[in-house]
Amino acid sequence: MKNWYKILSVLLILYTLIFGLSSAVPRLDILNETIRNVYYHVPIWFAMLFMMTVSLIYSIKSLSANFLANDSKAYNAAVIGFFFSIPGILTGSLWAKYTWGTWWTFQDPKLNGVAISILIYMAYFILRSSVEDEQKRARISAVYNVFAFVMMNVFIMILPRLTDSLHPGNGGNPAFAKYDMNSDMRMVFYPAVIGWILFSFWLFEIKNRISVLKNKLND
Amino acid sequence: MIKKITILLFLFLSLFAGAQTAGPEMADALRENGKINVVISVIAIIFICIVVFLVVIERKIKKLENKIK
Repeated sequence: MKNWYKILSVLLILYTLIFGLSSAVPRLDILNETIRNVYYHVPIWFAMLFMMTVSLIYSIKSLSANFLANDSKAYNAAVIGFFFSIPGILTGSLWAKYTWGTWWTFQDPKLNGVAISILIYMAYFILRSSVEDEQKRARISAVYNVFAFVMMNVFIMILPRLTDSLHPGNGGNPAFAKYDMNSDMRMVFYPAVIGWILFSFWLFEIKNRISVLKNKLND
Repeated sequence: MIKKITILLFLFLSLFAGAQTAGPEMADALRENGKINVVISVIAIIFICIVVFLVVIERKIKKLENKIK
């Protein structure tokens, strides 16, 4: 049964769609009902980070052996991760408008870090498309991807913790402790994270199979 | 007399205290009349349709894979 993770992801996401809206949440000022966005906005970013990690692993693999197959997997993972960052940034911006009062604020290091990371990955795609030779492209883009992943973690994970951030869980090193979540919310939040990560992996698999087909047709 | 006034005063104050514990405004009405379930069902149906679409795409890929092999 190799499709178990797809079924699990769909069940988990359905569970979070249903209970994310119907279960009780803490009554907080400013956030009000928008605290439910934690179930939808945050797991999207977890899926994005997961896919970028997958991309990094395949890039490192492609540097050691079988680089064409692994390189195309690394590229596909980065595409899926990039795809998840778009709803992530749009929902974040919308949420910020109604809680922080602005679509975008340069006061928050996480927003800027995410914007820079997206640009870094756009540069990765442009770099790939600018190299004609397949072998050369695999090697150059793998090296760049390792660099891109490190930069993304500096911008998203490290810098926001060194200064004040509007995002909960930033500034200092509190992990999840500072989220305004109670145990009821965690019952929905963690399944949402797992569900979306598995869902991103499903999309990744579909993309991989298409690119394998494409390569076979080109040969 | 003073006793009665103080009791009334405390009763009056407790009204404010009760109002404060209600806390921040939430969408309680939407939840009470059950209309939220309609929204949840709509979202669930849309998501299921997207999943069905993905499954159909996967099947088509499978067919192509068998053909090209």
